[in-house]
Formats: sequence, structure tokens, C-alpha cells
Amino acid sequence: MPKWFSPAAILCGLMFIVSPVLIARAPDEAAMGMVYKIYYYHMPSAWMFLLAPLVCGVSSALFLARGRPEDDRRAWAAAELTVLFGALTLITGPLWARRAWGTWWVWDARLTSELILLFLYLGYIALVEAIDDPRRADRAGALVAIVGAVNVPIIYFSVRWWNTLHQGATVSMSAAPKMATTMLTAMLLMTFAFWAYSFAVVFTRARAIVLERERETEWVRGMMDSQAVGAAA
Amino acid sequence: MTRAPAAPALGSGFARSVWLVLRKDLTVEVRSGEIAYTTLFFAVSCVLIFAFALVKEGRAPEGGAAGILWIAILFASTLALGRGFERERQAETLRALLLAPVPRPAIYVGKLLGIVALLVAAEAVLLPLVAFLFTARLFAHPFWLAGIVLTCTVGLASVGTLFAAMLVRARSRDMLLPVLLYPIVVPVIIAGVQGTEALLQPTVDLEIVRFWLLLLVTFDVVFVVLALWTFEAVMSD
Repeated sequence: MPKWFSPAAILCGLMFIVSPVLIARAPDEAAMGMVYKIYYYHMPSAWMFLLAPLVCGVSSALFLARGRPEDDRRAWAAAELTVLFGALTLITGPLWARRAWGTWWVWDARLTSELILLFLYLGYIALVEAIDDPRRADRAGALVAIVGAVNVPIIYFSVRWWNTLHQGATVSMSAAPKMATTMLTAMLLMTFAFWAYSFAVVFTRARAIVLERERETEWVRGMMDSQAVGAAA
Repeated sequence: MTRAPAAPALGSGFARSVWLVLRKDLTVEVRSGEIAYTTLFFAVSCVLIFAFALVKEGRAPEGGAAGILWIAILFASTLALGRGFERERQAETLRALLLAPVPRPAIYVGKLLGIVALLVAAEAVLLPLVAFLFTARLFAHPFWLAGIVLTCTVGLASVGTLFAAMLVRARSRDMLLPVLLYPIVVPVIIAGVQGTEALLQPTVDLEIVRFWLLLLVTFDVVFVVLALWTFEAVMSD
């Protein structure tokens, strides 16, 4: 294990243990009552849903440019996280929207682009799984990740113009409501917990992929043997 | 990268290689007609299906023509893209193509132009058909329409050719192509439908048409450049 893994995991675990208490103690929102509390999970996962594809795209571009395998493994780990956080965001979002806007779904630019992004990353994973030659699969995956990352702003603006050139935006999400301090504390804690989780998971997962790929090689066998000896001692 | 010996009549090595790949594809297509007929028939069937789904009491739906046209083109292009590289794979000519001493981007451009030519041929039949069946005034501004259709087709084909090339050796490639392609080409479809719809209005607002055309040109430039950069890495063994 990387040496900073345990501190990050412990920190992340502690924060997730504390978070329900903090969230429970935060006051109910005036208009929405208890339901708004889903936002403590929705917003951090939506942020990670932005960050993880970025990590994936940049890592993939680095991989194609300089060909180091660790860039690709990090991209793959980030892609898995993107799907996880994308699903979380798109499940918690409608639950919140039903109460806040009175509808499960609107064809707003942000929602639509998020949905497209999730589809894209599901496609990425399906693609890499479908190519037998690992080296070719890596390159194909990197290509899709780059094309996807470049396309995100184009998708966002085209969807936005698609709606706004004909009708006014139905929902304005830019007006930030004022938050009570307790709410803000809980929100910040959740954000950092999601950060710590993603950080630990991306690097650990990338490491696991390297070991899985190279399980037949000398150095991995040597490492396994030395660990077995260490465990027996 | 070595280049094919340049023929003086045909200009530089790159242009010549592009022309050779394109000519090869077109010759095969003209002789067999395999992809062209299937694509065209599929697109026309799509339009018919939409007519059955959307026409009420014998009247065409208002404002539906642009959407129907572009869905038919998108579906047909998926079919054409998948077949284009499948033929290379089945005949084992892909390796020969890659072994040829030409720059890889030239192969991409040649393939891209071949697909675009094929789709433009299909659109030449599809556009009058949609205009006729759905009483749409598609040809009121022929040059703007040509601009939208052409940039849209290049947009679909640029990403599509790259992905089809990448998927040649993947399992279940026929299913993966639309799964990967459709999310990426959402902007093209939005711009195509909106641009065409703006042209169908009784009073055409050319500002809106120009706006969508600009988006399409941007998309085309970005993705052709990106494809030229990445094609080498994707096709290398």
C-alpha cells in the first residue's frame, strides 16, 4: 500500500462516520424541509463528477503523448469513479428536483450534459472491456476519453443554446441560497470526504490494475512472496 | 514517416495518398453498390417509420421534418461507418492499408472523404423525399441548406470514421459504435436539427442559421484536427 493510503482512508472513514450527525443537526431548509438534505450527497458527488472526467481526460492525453502505463491506469480508475459519481448525481438529483422544482427532470443544459457524459463513460468502459489486446484497448480508451473531454464544453453550450434560443430557461439554478453555518460545515465536510475518498480510490485502484495486469511477471511474484513471508513471520 | 513517391500530376505525397484511398473506396463502392444501396434504403425506411409514427389524420406534423431528416441521416451514417471498415477487415486488406508507405492521417482523410461522399449521395435522395412527404420548404435557401447539411455530415463522419477505425478489432463493434458515437455527436445533431428547422420557418432568420453553422464548423475543425493527431496512435500495432 502507498504510505499515505492509511491516513487518507482513516480520514475519509472518520468523516463519513461524523457526517450523518452533522447533517442531522443542520436545520431543515425553509421551503423544502428535510428533503433538501440529499443535497449533502448530491453536490459533492456532482463536483467529483466534474473532476473525475477531467483527471481521466488529462491522464489519457498524457498517456497518448508520452506512453507511460501509469497514466492510463489512472485514467481507467478515474473513469470508473466518473460512472460511480455520475450515477450518484443523477439518482440524487431528480429526488431533490421533484421537491424543489416539482418535476423529476428538466432538459436543462447542466442535467442534459451530465446525462450525456455518463453515457459516454459507460461507453468507454464497454469499449475497453471489448478489446482483447490490452495495449490496443488502452489506446482506444485514451482516445475516447480525450474526445469526450474536448467535447464536454461543446455539448454543454450546444444544449444550452438548444434550449435558450427558443424558450427561456425553465429553472434558474445559479441563484445561490444563503446557508446557515451548520449547513455550510456539513457541506464542506462532505466535500472533503468525497475528495479524500476519490483520491484514495483512484490511486489504489490504479495500483491494483497494474498488479492485475502484471500478475505473471517476476517482480509481482517476488513482491507476493516477500509479503507472504512477512505475514508468516 | 516515409511517403509514397509523388506523382507530379497529383501534387504532394499526402494529397496523392488521400486520393488513392478515396478512389479505392469509391471504386469498390461503385462496383458493388453494397453500402450505398443499404444505407439509402435504410434511411428511406427510417423516414417511412417516422411518417407512420407521427403523421396524424393524413397531415404531416408541424416542425417535425428537420428532426426526422437528421435522425434518418444519423442512423444511416452509423450503418455506413460500420460497414466501411468491416469490409477492410473481412477482406484482410486493413493490414495492407496500414503497411502501405503513406502517412496514417492520409488514410484517415481518404476514408473520411469516402464516407462523406457516400452520405452526401444518400442525402441527395433523402432531402427531396423529406421535403416532398412532409411538405417542408427545405429548398427555399439552397446554399444555407447545403452548408448545414455538409458541415453536419463532415461532423458525423469525422468522429465516426475515427471510432470505426478504432473499433475494427473490438468484439461487438457493431453495438459499440452507436454507443460511443451518439453521445459525442449530440452537438452536431442539435445544430443540424436547429439549423434546418430555422430554414423551414415561414420567415427565415438567417442569424440563427449562421449561428448553428458556426457551431458546426467549429465542431468539424476541432474533431478533424483531433482525429489527425490520434489516428496514428489508434491504428498502430
